[in-house]
Amino acid sequence: MKFADNNNQFVVFELNGEEYGIDILRVKTIEKMTNITRVPKTAPYIKGVINLRGEIVPIIDLREKFNLEKKENDDNTRIIIVYVDDIEVGLIVDSASKVMDIKSDMIEAPPESLGNSEQSNIYGIGKLDDKVITLLDIEKMLTA
Amino acid sequence: MDINQYLEIFIEEAQDHLQHLNQNLLELESNPDDNDILNEIFRSAHTLKGMAGTMGFDSMMNLTHNMENILDAVRKGTLSISSGILDVLFECLDFLEDSVNYISETGKENEKSIEPLKKKLLNLMSNSINESDQPQSNDKNMDDFKFNQYDENVITQALAQGMKVYKIEVILSEGCMLKSARAFVVFKTLEKYAEIFKSLPAIEDIEDEKFDRSFKIALITNEDKEKIEKDLKNISEIQDIKIEQYKEIATVQNTSKTEVAATVEVSEDHDESEESHAKKNKVGKTVRVDINRLDNLMNLVSELIIIKTRLEGIDSDSRDQNMSEAVEYLERITTNLHDAVMKVRMVPIERVFNRFPRMVRDLSRELNKEVNLIISGEETELDRTVIDEIGDPLIHLIRNAIDHGIESKSERENSNKDTAGNIYLRAYQDGNSVVIEVEDDGKGINIDKIKKKALDNKLITQSEADGLSDKDATELIFHPGFSTADVISDISGRGVGLDVVKTKIESLGGTVEVESYKGKGSKFIIRLPLTLAIIQALLVTVGSEKYAIPLNSIKEIISIEKDKIRDIQGQEVILYRNSVLPILRLAEKLDVKDYNEDENELTVVVVKKGDKFSGFIVESLIGQQEIVIKSLGKYLAGIKNIAGATILGDGQVALIVDTNSMI
Repeated sequence: MKFADNNNQFVVFELNGEEYGIDILRVKTIEKMTNITRVPKTAPYIKGVINLRGEIVPIIDLREKFNLEKKENDDNTRIIIVYVDDIEVGLIVDSASKVMDIKSDMIEAPPESLGNSEQSNIYGIGKLDDKVITLLDIEKMLTA
Repeated sequence: MDINQYLEIFIEEAQDHLQHLNQNLLELESNPDDNDILNEIFRSAHTLKGMAGTMGFDSMMNLTHNMENILDAVRKGTLSISSGILDVLFECLDFLEDSVNYISETGKENEKSIEPLKKKLLNLMSNSINESDQPQSNDKNMDDFKFNQYDENVITQALAQGMKVYKIEVILSEGCMLKSARAFVVFKTLEKYAEIFKSLPAIEDIEDEKFDRSFKIALITNEDKEKIEKDLKNISEIQDIKIEQYKEIATVQNTSKTEVAATVEVSEDHDESEESHAKKNKVGKTVRVDINRLDNLMNLVSELIIIKTRLEGIDSDSRDQNMSEAVEYLERITTNLHDAVMKVRMVPIERVFNRFPRMVRDLSRELNKEVNLIISGEETELDRTVIDEIGDPLIHLIRNAIDHGIESKSERENSNKDTAGNIYLRAYQDGNSVVIEVEDDGKGINIDKIKKKALDNKLITQSEADGLSDKDATELIFHPGFSTADVISDISGRGVGLDVVKTKIESLGGTVEVESYKGKGSKFIIRLPLTLAIIQALLVTVGSEKYAIPLNSIKEIISIEKDKIRDIQGQEVILYRNSVLPILRLAEKLDVKDYNEDENELTVVVVKKGDKFSGFIVESLIGQQEIVIKSLGKYLAGIKNIAGATILGDGQVALIVDTNSMI
């Protein structure tokens, strides 16, 4: 995954009290929770599809994908629509509100102690002030 | 220059030109004397050469240049069209097609050498020189100018002003080295007192020495014939001059002293070329659009339709009259818009049919069979997505027809048939679907041979074979791994034939049937939906979920009592119209959790796949609706039992059930 040098902006969202970031160039829009149509015979973390202004977009529940405990959707729940080439997917997250600049020298490789399945989706750990932000590798997540 | 941005355009246009060349060469083969076709071919080749040159594809340019030389020789009459020439030209086209494909894949030019082809072309050329040593009918060479409207006006005006119009043929002496220089002198001499308005070949070609020993010019002058003759005779290396004076337009049209019949022919030709011109103009007024943009447009339209449905749904009591009128108007417009966009996506099936004449020609030669391909209904339109996919199955069927269907010449003679076999390729619209037929008048399908083959391949058992009706036996040819050709040929018979055809057509939402009469031929009938983007569907509910079932696969809807369901070896069935109908629960197939089955009455949708039927139990019916099919996207590709999704009037997504994969 490549980041433009001068544009290290990340959309930061919250999941189970932790902060995660996605390269802003991978984010199409951020939507409020809407009706999801279940699609049978798919992985459990695929919640189904939504109608995004006339396009059908599959929805992934990130909590389930990362094996975190389930949580009811509330007013803060957001769907972040991300894309890689012509694949488009929505990610359900607890809340999403800000965009942050994280310089590349503030990004560390993911620690090895993290679980394997999770690690493969992580691009690195961003440090900002005293916060730690897990940066997701959307490309790997969608194409793997 | 960054050529990449032009690469796509180049490839598309090159393919168009090649297609064109192929078609015209075929036509030329049947009318070798038609100059219009020849000119057309020449133009295409010339454009292709120019395009390839601009893009820096040198061997393409080189080859087309050599082709052009041959064509030019033919045009001048020094070379006459023979199948030998055509074969080489076709070979060149194949090479060019390969090159274009290679370029489209890699962006680079194929490094295959053009030398062998070039040599062949040169051989043809040198043959032609030998031929031209023999005295040839000058009349043909004297082929006259074709004056267009403008030229005629010029001539009429000149004559009206008392000026003289001459046609001059200048023949250079045999050993003349600098032909274009001589021609230049001729032009210069005449231009002192005359206006040259036409020359054959065109001035550019004369400059390039693209002419034999003679060229013709037409000019307007005040001077006498004698003066011109004298002046021209003074130029060295000129062997002979023929000057003819035009008195009026009528004679202009009929200059050479041929019979009246020839004149009629000329004018007919003229009409024809004008017609083809008009046709071309029509074709010319098109815009190439990326299919994705059309899809996008289609999306927006479907969205508009959805929002329109929502507007309509607003309680009519709470609307005032103005609002109602506006909504009605909106509805009319969206319907029209929808139709218009759908039409934009439609492409005449000609695009696919175009390549078949050439294929049939080559194949029949290879197999030493005589085959006529008779195409009809090529103007029938189909959705672009279908057009792109239908080519391969059709190729398969036509190959099969030539290889297995049409008999060899001697066989045909023995059975009192014309030695030339016929293959009919027809397309026509039938209601909401398009039918494509591939019919041959060959030997038909040999039922016994099929049964034997099926037995050998262990597709059926002996008792099954005995019980099979002829029709069912014929259907066996669609079975995977079936091939009846005794000798496996290059053309067909690899055993991956008709089942692939069938699968492909079914994936397009179509069906394929076969009719065969022993000794008389067989007919494959393909039925395809008009469009893949919008279909009629039945909306049903299962639990709290809504699903759409394509209407074209539904036979009927029945309601049954639950206790009529029988269990035969673990499969639930009911007796339906005196036959056993397997019953499936949609809820089970789709893992619907909140499904509650009624204790008494069940609604069953009877779905057909080929000639098999199955009943699907659904919870309730919502109704029939036109739906826009949308793909679930790449991320969810390959999901079982679901063919796609659609957006309902309320903005909800409903999945489209793929009943074919469940039966």
